[in-house]
Amino acid sequence: MSKDGAPYVIEDAWVRLAATTPARIALGRAGTGMPTREVLRFALAHAQARDAVHTPFQAEEVARDVAALGFETIRLASAAPARDAYLRRPDLGRRLSDDSRAALRERAAQDGAPPDLAIVVADGLSSTAIHAQTVPFFTEFKARIAENGWSTGPVAIVEQARVALGDEVGEVLRARACLVLIGERPGLSSPDSLGLYLTFAPKVGRSDAERNCISNVRGEGLSHPHAAFKLAWLLKEALARQITGVTLKDESDLLLVAGQPPAARIAGA
Amino acid sequence: MPYRHVVGPRAYVFADLKDLMAKATPLRSGDMLAGIAAASAEENVAARMCLAEVPLTAFLSEALVPYETDEVTRLILDTHDLPAFRPISHMTVGDFRDFLLSATATSEALAALAPAITPEMAAAVSKIMRNQDLIAVAKKCRVVTKFRNTIGLPGTMAVRLQPNHPTDEVAGVTASILDGLLYGCGDAVIGINPASDSVPVLSELLKLIDGIIQRFDIPTQACVLTHVTTSTEVINRGVPVDLVFQSVAGTEGANASFGISLATLKEGHEAALSLKRGTLGDNVMYFETGQGSALSAGAHHGVDQQTLEARAYAVCRPFKPLLVNTVVGFIGPEYLYDGKQIIRAGLEDHFCGKLMGVPLGCDVCYTNHAEADQDDMDTLMTLLGAAGVTYIMGIPGSDDVMLNYQSTSFHDQLYLREVLGLKRAPEFEAWLQTMGITGPDGRLKPQGGGNALLTVAKGLDAGLAA
Repeated sequence: MSKDGAPYVIEDAWVRLAATTPARIALGRAGTGMPTREVLRFALAHAQARDAVHTPFQAEEVARDVAALGFETIRLASAAPARDAYLRRPDLGRRLSDDSRAALRERAAQDGAPPDLAIVVADGLSSTAIHAQTVPFFTEFKARIAENGWSTGPVAIVEQARVALGDEVGEVLRARACLVLIGERPGLSSPDSLGLYLTFAPKVGRSDAERNCISNVRGEGLSHPHAAFKLAWLLKEALARQITGVTLKDESDLLLVAGQPPAARIAGA
Repeated sequence: MPYRHVVGPRAYVFADLKDLMAKATPLRSGDMLAGIAAASAEENVAARMCLAEVPLTAFLSEALVPYETDEVTRLILDTHDLPAFRPISHMTVGDFRDFLLSATATSEALAALAPAITPEMAAAVSKIMRNQDLIAVAKKCRVVTKFRNTIGLPGTMAVRLQPNHPTDEVAGVTASILDGLLYGCGDAVIGINPASDSVPVLSELLKLIDGIIQRFDIPTQACVLTHVTTSTEVINRGVPVDLVFQSVAGTEGANASFGISLATLKEGHEAALSLKRGTLGDNVMYFETGQGSALSAGAHHGVDQQTLEARAYAVCRPFKPLLVNTVVGFIGPEYLYDGKQIIRAGLEDHFCGKLMGVPLGCDVCYTNHAEADQDDMDTLMTLLGAAGVTYIMGIPGSDDVMLNYQSTSFHDQLYLREVLGLKRAPEFEAWLQTMGITGPDGRLKPQGGGNALLTVAKGLDAGLAA
């Protein structure tokens, strides 16, 4: 609605600042309330985020895309049989189904030496995030893996999974560390945000304080090259110092300040 | 010791005090997830009837979480104030409810009792209280704290200005801070949840907020909500830190999952005190809590989530915090399923915290996978405003673009002030008037582009152009 058409709306003089942030600033007001246009814009965003939670995970497509980038893959499922059970019973989403556990063990027995890094791609609370971010992230991270000579296990594509499920996958694969890519709980402005969780010496029962997290990975948030750079820094430190979690502080930005922006490094890689 | 209660032909038996407490709790998904909730509506009420007859002294002799293995239980029992407890030592839980509602329980009487009230006592009585009881009694509790302003005075409600940005960019964070200040928010704290836990980024954010506070002489405090050990490290590097933040929970095991113990908190508290940055007082800690965290960490000992939440306030209490808030709907539907459960939990948490003498605010919030919406939040914030909540959150347009959840907006606090007549912290209220942001009635004044605060924005514009 135009300013002329809404004489009861008080517009904010600093509306140009809205370009600096995705946050909903300088909305104006009608009395103490939000203007009609903002109330309805918000309602629409909430409706879309609600829908994102319940969009089915295209696991087969994701597995195909990851394989096309040159990774081995394996499709697994958590013990949560469906979305409703997943939402009410997080414990089920933290462990593999019996069938999946057996399949992963068989795979681990076939493979040779344990990998440096186990990788899990989990739908979490936003399959939309996995659909959008998996390929661009792996494209960047693949270069980091090559650069550092890390070995990886089969990338596990897991349905109805939570972060801690990576502990079991990492343990079965006897990996030195485990990376979980997971769809974060969708926000109004970001139904497609990816979270990265890194755990050294993964095994069932690890606590969240023993992980490092990089969140908001998406086009409009933390860029894929930057996320891959940070993750590689953390993984290098984790393997060298044999820790992850609150005792491992992310100081990768010091390298950025020192004149090694990830874009430049990647261009050179 | 088992507890029994007979309803008509049926005898209900509860294995012990923690079983009785769990069964007496108003139904919520987290207790169902833990497998400790009442199996029927009748069992739930039978448990409440039984609980009403339990003497308060039972909570001093029967620990719900073992004393030997849990430092939070040791803290609660070892620091219990027996002389202060004497006036209520003869009461049952049911008597205690009646007493709290009576005119005898004045604000002064309740303040004197606070150190005598264990979290288990507060939780027990809350379980037999209706929502209006939780509001009426909390309203009488006074908890006043100070750093650079005075928070918790009767008839006031403060707001935490939460300028989160998905990548911690200085321009975007600054823009949200200006927007919030110009909407009259920020007296509780200007407190950002950083996306990063990188020390250089955190230091930059702290300097940014501190710079704005110093430049305009704002009677408020800054906080970057990062792990307590990280804050201690930042302090050691000479960066300005007003408040030290930490998420806390009600058991030793759950706190361990956050990477903390009482000793860690003590170190952070001492580090913050050593800076002596408060001008009016030395309440230097900021804690967040929320029902379900102990269960989420697998450290709940079979105790219901509401009782464990009250125990988290016992963890906060010895550190004399400036601010404590429950993040009530953040954790998700597996703990609080829908708007009804979130509203009930918000009122319980606020009541228990206030009764225990803790300055409780509330992040009135929900996530997109819960069965809740803005209407539910309107209801809860209005009820909490009536209950005298210490502070709520102020987030641009209710949408936290970093943490991906919805909380209360800059507009929402204006609404509450309008309908409930709530003022801000007095020093901040005066500052807003000096800056021409509000009039003498506390209402926003129309702003042109000429407010002095917007001179900060000129730098941002340059940044945008470049």
